[in-house]
Amino acid sequence: MAECHPVGYQWVMEARERGAKVFHIDPRFSRTSATVDRYLQIRAGTDIVLIGALINHVLTNGLDFREYVLAYTNAATIVSEEFRDTEDLDGLFSGYDPESGRYDTTSWAYEGDTGKTEEMSEGDPRHAEAAGSDSYGARGAGSTATPPTDPTLSHPRCVYQILKRHFSRYTPERVAELCGISPEQFAELAEAVTANSGRERTTAWVYSVGWTQHSVGVQYIRSAAILQLLLGNMGRPGGGIMALRGHASIQGSTDIPTLFNLLPGYIAMPHAHRHDGLDHYLDREGGDTGWWGNRRAYVVSLLKAWWGDGATEENDYRFDYLPRLTGDHGHYATVMGQIDGKVKGYFVVGENPAVGSANGKAQRLGLANLDWLVVRDLMVVETASFWKDAPEIETGELRTEDIATEVFFMPAASHVEKEGTFTNTQRLLQWREKALDPPDDCRSDLWFYYHLGKLIRQRLGGDGIDRPVMELTWDYPEEGRHRDPSAEAVLREIGGVDADGRPLASLRELKPDGSTSCGCWIYCGVYADGVNQAARRKPRGEQGPVAPEWGWAWPANRRILYNRASADPEGRPWSERKKYVYWDAEKGRWTGPDVPDFEEDKPPSYRPPEGAKAQDALAGTDPFIMQSDGKGWLYVPSGLADGPLPAHYEPQESPIRNTLYGRQSNPARRTIDRPENPYNPPLSSRFPYVFTTSRLTEHHTAGGMSRPLPYLAELQPALFCEVSPELAAEVGLENGGWATVVTERTAIEMRVLVTGRVRPLRLGGTTVHQIVMPYHWGYGGGGLVTGDVVNDLSPIVLDPNVYIQESKAGTCDILPGRRPRGQALLALIERYRHG
Amino acid sequence: MAERMGFFTDTTLCIGCKACEVACKEWNDVPDDGFVFRATSYDNTGALGADTWRHVAFIEQDSRWLMSSDVCKHCTHAACLDVCPTGALFRTEFDTVVVQSDVCNGCGYCVPACPYGVIDRRERDGRAWKCTMCYDRLRGGLEPACAKACPTKSIQFGPLEELRVRAEERVERLHAEGMTEARLYGEDPDNGVGGAGAFFLLLDEPETYGLPPDPVVTTRDLGEMWRWAGVAAFGLAGALAACFLRRS
Repeated sequence: MAECHPVGYQWVMEARERGAKVFHIDPRFSRTSATVDRYLQIRAGTDIVLIGALINHVLTNGLDFREYVLAYTNAATIVSEEFRDTEDLDGLFSGYDPESGRYDTTSWAYEGDTGKTEEMSEGDPRHAEAAGSDSYGARGAGSTATPPTDPTLSHPRCVYQILKRHFSRYTPERVAELCGISPEQFAELAEAVTANSGRERTTAWVYSVGWTQHSVGVQYIRSAAILQLLLGNMGRPGGGIMALRGHASIQGSTDIPTLFNLLPGYIAMPHAHRHDGLDHYLDREGGDTGWWGNRRAYVVSLLKAWWGDGATEENDYRFDYLPRLTGDHGHYATVMGQIDGKVKGYFVVGENPAVGSANGKAQRLGLANLDWLVVRDLMVVETASFWKDAPEIETGELRTEDIATEVFFMPAASHVEKEGTFTNTQRLLQWREKALDPPDDCRSDLWFYYHLGKLIRQRLGGDGIDRPVMELTWDYPEEGRHRDPSAEAVLREIGGVDADGRPLASLRELKPDGSTSCGCWIYCGVYADGVNQAARRKPRGEQGPVAPEWGWAWPANRRILYNRASADPEGRPWSERKKYVYWDAEKGRWTGPDVPDFEEDKPPSYRPPEGAKAQDALAGTDPFIMQSDGKGWLYVPSGLADGPLPAHYEPQESPIRNTLYGRQSNPARRTIDRPENPYNPPLSSRFPYVFTTSRLTEHHTAGGMSRPLPYLAELQPALFCEVSPELAAEVGLENGGWATVVTERTAIEMRVLVTGRVRPLRLGGTTVHQIVMPYHWGYGGGGLVTGDVVNDLSPIVLDPNVYIQESKAGTCDILPGRRPRGQALLALIERYRHG
Repeated sequence: MAERMGFFTDTTLCIGCKACEVACKEWNDVPDDGFVFRATSYDNTGALGADTWRHVAFIEQDSRWLMSSDVCKHCTHAACLDVCPTGALFRTEFDTVVVQSDVCNGCGYCVPACPYGVIDRRERDGRAWKCTMCYDRLRGGLEPACAKACPTKSIQFGPLEELRVRAEERVERLHAEGMTEARLYGEDPDNGVGGAGAFFLLLDEPETYGLPPDPVVTTRDLGEMWRWAGVAAFGLAGALAACFLRRS
């Protein structure tokens, strides 16, 4: 966090000054490790073993926050008889199809739900090709808000007992053997985390892409969710699981998504073969109980925002105008489509996949096979210049004169040259003013897409196929010399208006009848009272510590989600020290320094009547209001592609055998078995070392915003690897010298930094060396400093839920000296491939 | 004269982000220092110099990684200022020491005079450069760029007397918490430079951070040296006179 988020890290430093104990768990001893109470070096790709052992520690020793767990989680819920755990099937859950490598998830349901969830998306093999949306977390139509439970937690099929059995093999001994963390270190961590949780105290977990970029990435986060729910650390001040994002407003770009499978507000993108019309789509995409039960209002308001008066009840609010999925249209599927000649054009906006995405060579081979490529960036990044300076030109795999891709480079305005919002990790929207006009031809993305849309509409005719674009509401006020569309007008549209065009105050005002329009239901209210709420900047000294008048947080300006859980089932604060949102019986309202994440007047004693829908189906003691049963899910009955519980699987490429199960890697992971994407065999003596990729404070991602700047480039001028003195001695590496790192994909060269901060891991009888490489360098990009591309080493192997690549744990060999040039490089890789 | 202003750099709070180095260069328009991979931990800056007015040192020890942002000490007894023949170096109303680049003639006397090796001549223009404690910002009522940019309050700016009190309290607290190795460096008005205007809280010997253990203003002995030189000259003159006297 110190390394990648130094500004946010000031609050960690401040918390430490005030007595917080901070642990840092990472394969790499970074600037964070240097400034915490305890650093634990872990083998890359083994975090589920560690968190699983913490869960086991909590369950075995009865350290869970029992009152919280019983009331607010699904610990007591009874699971279907058909469910089989990894305990029963040696590393597989029930429903696995070895042919397709996918799970039929119907047997994971709650008791009594299996027949119903068969109807649901995840049971549909066609759907399994497209990553799921959040609404699948709501189980599905027909599932009940009150599944059978056993409040004594003794039923063998209740979640609590399943959890106990599942995690029983996650012991401190396994942690030592697989993670390289000693039983003493583990005991200290376990004691600290459990002692700091409960009524009086809360513990927070903070993670970043070190947790997500794995073939079991989603399950890493799930394991943290289980631990935090067991300890009562969700929905309470000082608790939670914080995802630090990789760029400014990446949170914003998932809320209003640049993801192929989602519409704004985590609404599922309709599927071409699954959804016949709006009713059919709404029936199948989520449950009827909990807040997703209102999804008709969210979807209809979105369609109204996009197609305006033309969207009517008679025409399904133009639901048929939405694009449709036909399968996996994710980043890596797109790149393979380029190589195969199926994808002809490509927009790359503020990204640099030739350097930043896994398997850089596959990325560039894809770029070289396009008809046209549009790159919008501050600099001519490597993705725009690949045709003349890619490593494949040097090796002869590509020849400039053979590349027919027409590249359009569109210079972009920087963040100080345009107005708009950033949405940060705690869902906080903050408005930025424009400080100055962008120079020359540089323009904002908003300008670009607005005017591109206008130009396209000029060229389209009246054909039916053109109507979705022709009829879009595309009428924003224009400002300034370059006719910039008003960003505030866009925010107003996102925030929602009623039939008379008056801004909505809250998402509760959204209607399913077409009388409201809203570009993103979770952002509804950001323009309440006609005021840009995101632009509020009342200093913290002039308001309480929650600072509700600084910016605006979705949803409804809530600063802590699920904050009903900060009070006990009767609505009283768990403790004076952790008092936050609580029930004021006198006034008959929830109150506190934050906006309650609950209907303000729903008393703790409320019990839903038979057949109730949406939030009315949830009791006054159900804080997790987006879930169909209002509970925090220790066990996930639907919505995940690779299991209802996290299980440790080794990375695709690992030098260590998985001793927990008979399954080496995630059985549901997505591999791309093609010549462009060979994998190092697991347990291969040719690739004995673990590598992981990282970042440095001095640079930004693929380097496009930092390598051209002298003041940053001089601070970290060269790609380097960090290796232990032991590995340096074993291989013959010299500090300050050169090294070549080899995988089946390619080999790259870098400088060597020998440091005692990296230590060989002793795992049982084996020693594992880890090599750490920051990935900020590339061959061009206007860089004052250039270097080989670290992501050229990373294989494309994907988490099956969200299709993120496993770039945080791979295997390699390392040689002293610089890499061979030209054809000789290919010859070196050939030798490695054939052992 | 206004209150004496200074820096208190608390290295226990430094996270090594180098925002101070970058902010300093941005504000003062200091050129880059070359793109050299030094293989010395995360330090590719090396040392303070004409083109580096803040320098973050990274010291790798057994189980810890020390980081510390070094800067000109703005000495009470500043030798650079003492030896400057042009008056380019002067003491400001904030009791800081600043070079006026339009007056400096590049003689370079100040460079060996500095007991810390801070001030340096820039090859390209021949003139001497160092930290000004952002004199222009101070005059405008702002804090120096490095302190402003520091996210963790490792670099604290303020009236020197206040900083000294704060630093003493901080050391006491750290000692109470068991960090008995915490110590201040440069704050003592009785030290060899009469107390530094920029002082530090360190966790190890100053040498570990590349700081001289007991710096002394290089002009301290000048008076003494002149006196002895005078005595020697008088003696020599006397001897010569004696020679002539004897002849006659």
